[in-house]
Amino acid sequence: MKKIALSKLNELFAAIAKDTELHLPVNFKGETVFKKWTEGDNYAKDSLKTVKSPKDLFFPQNENISNFRKEGNKFIIDPVELPKSGIVVFGVRGCDEQSFRVLDNVFLAEPVDTFYEARRKNSVIITAACTKPSESCFCKTFGIDPTDPAGDVTTWIVDDNMFFAVKTEKGEAFLAKYADIFTEAEEDDTYRVENVKYLANQIFAKLPLADLTTEGWGGDKTDEKFDDPKWQDLSTACLGCGTCTFVCPTCQCYDIRDYNTGNQIQRSRCWDSCMYKDFTMCAHGTARPTQKERYRQRFMHKLVYYPANNDGMFSCVGCGRCVDKCPVQTNIVKVIKAFGGDKK
Amino acid sequence: MQEITGLMVKRAKELLEAGEVQRVIGWTTGDFCYDVTPAVFTKAEDLEEGKFVYNSFCGSNLSKYLIQTLRNDINAVNTAKAMAARKGENPDDIPGPGKTLVFLKPCDTYSFNQLLTEHRIDKSLVYVIGVACRGMADIEKIKLMGASGITKVIDAGDKLEVKTIYGDKSFDKKDVLLEKCACCKGKEHKYADEVIDPEPLPEGEGKGPMDRMAGVTMLEEMTAEERYAFWNDQLSRCIKCYACRNACPACTCMKCVFDNPRSGVDSKANVTEFEEKMYHIIRAFHVAGRCTDCGECSRVCPQGIPLHLLNRKFIKDINEFYGDYQAGEAEGQRAPLVNFDAENDVEPSIVNEKGGN
Repeated sequence: MKKIALSKLNELFAAIAKDTELHLPVNFKGETVFKKWTEGDNYAKDSLKTVKSPKDLFFPQNENISNFRKEGNKFIIDPVELPKSGIVVFGVRGCDEQSFRVLDNVFLAEPVDTFYEARRKNSVIITAACTKPSESCFCKTFGIDPTDPAGDVTTWIVDDNMFFAVKTEKGEAFLAKYADIFTEAEEDDTYRVENVKYLANQIFAKLPLADLTTEGWGGDKTDEKFDDPKWQDLSTACLGCGTCTFVCPTCQCYDIRDYNTGNQIQRSRCWDSCMYKDFTMCAHGTARPTQKERYRQRFMHKLVYYPANNDGMFSCVGCGRCVDKCPVQTNIVKVIKAFGGDKK
Repeated sequence: MQEITGLMVKRAKELLEAGEVQRVIGWTTGDFCYDVTPAVFTKAEDLEEGKFVYNSFCGSNLSKYLIQTLRNDINAVNTAKAMAARKGENPDDIPGPGKTLVFLKPCDTYSFNQLLTEHRIDKSLVYVIGVACRGMADIEKIKLMGASGITKVIDAGDKLEVKTIYGDKSFDKKDVLLEKCACCKGKEHKYADEVIDPEPLPEGEGKGPMDRMAGVTMLEEMTAEERYAFWNDQLSRCIKCYACRNACPACTCMKCVFDNPRSGVDSKANVTEFEEKMYHIIRAFHVAGRCTDCGECSRVCPQGIPLHLLNRKFIKDINEFYGDYQAGEAEGQRAPLVNFDAENDVEPSIVNEKGGN
């Protein structure tokens, strides 16, 4: 394990940013957001969650994927250059780290999404252990250890120091590159980090959603859950806005649109939301005519359809952003509980 | 709050059991007391205290829910009638949708009147119970003031006792009011079939502690460049979730121009700086003179963008140009922007200038 004084963090950031784009949580207009680090930005180390997850670093809300134009009788396709490869994402919480793997299963499976792959493959993920969770946190329900999150490198803050533990080869190579900024942690330090983990786990056990369980959900539950009358009641309040899907670290649906600029067609893709009326609109109309069907789609996708296609892995990571941000407070926890998932 | 909730439950049960209303639109809660969700109750036994809540976090404006609820009920009746006709039965034997009971706070009744004025809801299908409100709390403010790991919030008059896993905290309610409540227009219901208010305030009392137009004045005092920078910063954070539109009781278009691929301006993501602003500016124009300043847009914004400032600028301008006007004050008002008056208009038309010929 390596260590660095918190006061020297900006020195580390400056060194990283010289080589690679570095993104980390900073405070902006009263909220915490992932931002490209530039001189003067301070890591929001005490902030638990950013409003939006860091997924748009690899899967941006909007991107141009191709251009077409006409020259005489010829139709010319101008491919868009792939985004340049490799960034460093620092301060990623355990929930968001797991979300990258959820997205990988979708975008890196055949046929590979080359735009996502280009951004993702050489990137380094540095995670931050949680010590002060909020009431809306329930990552443990999805098998995440927030006190010792995965990633290429994991960090803990103990008093005035930050500790770095290598988790992958990529992480090892990364730390080696900046070796002169770190000092080696002592035996004492290992004990202190373990203590921080222990105390954090005590807190996690006290969280109001600590008993939430996914029992009763999984890839084989479509027939059982699909026509349940509870979906009607649960979706009554839903406004049909896209907040939950856009703050969600794992929502990955997108729409592709062509835009006529006058002298060419720009084909772009952007995040879509199953909460919207025109989601997956087909020539015949929509398969989900009311909010009930749209609402059901979102939760069935997270808790049934995704696990069916991904060896049982759920595509919720328990970050609780939808719990915090839904304008009418109807969220995945209420869905899980309505179906009886409130006791382990 | 407990006393009033009891009275609301009692009255709603009476009306449901007597068959005077078929359904009740109110609020329910989940795990934390502050996570209040609007809900429709159809059975008296579901209206138990605990399931039905009225607490300091019932900020949502239930007027908006009337539009969809009434529409669904009318559709259900029409479908049943069509089915009856197909079976050779008399469609007139199918009972109508009956009445919907809705609980409205004073500010929500402005939206209700505005919806009546615009023929968006049928008054004969609604029974309005006005409920007293002393201001609703903003959970975001409570969290910003350091409360995390909240397990329970106890509503204790002017105080909110917040229980958290990190220790208990107490807040003065006046410090954590929703923006719209800090600028409350007044505690009087502008429409109600009956009012539940166990401790009515003296007339005229209960307005919010803050000046409603202070934010607008601040913006007006900026230079154009400063103002542009302000909105640029704010609106660049918009994630295009449309929560502001979908919560807004003035946004009642069956198909919004921003959802319609044939409009040419539909959009699911902001691509340019222009698009970040276009939607919000168009929306502000579309609700100008109709916005009652219920504050839902800012309350629901996941990014905390002060959208109400756009609407209030329009309200302030309308007041200055045409005299004080409050949308939703009464049913059937003629709003200044749709009530051309050749004598007093601030922008007389060329026709009028030439003598009206």
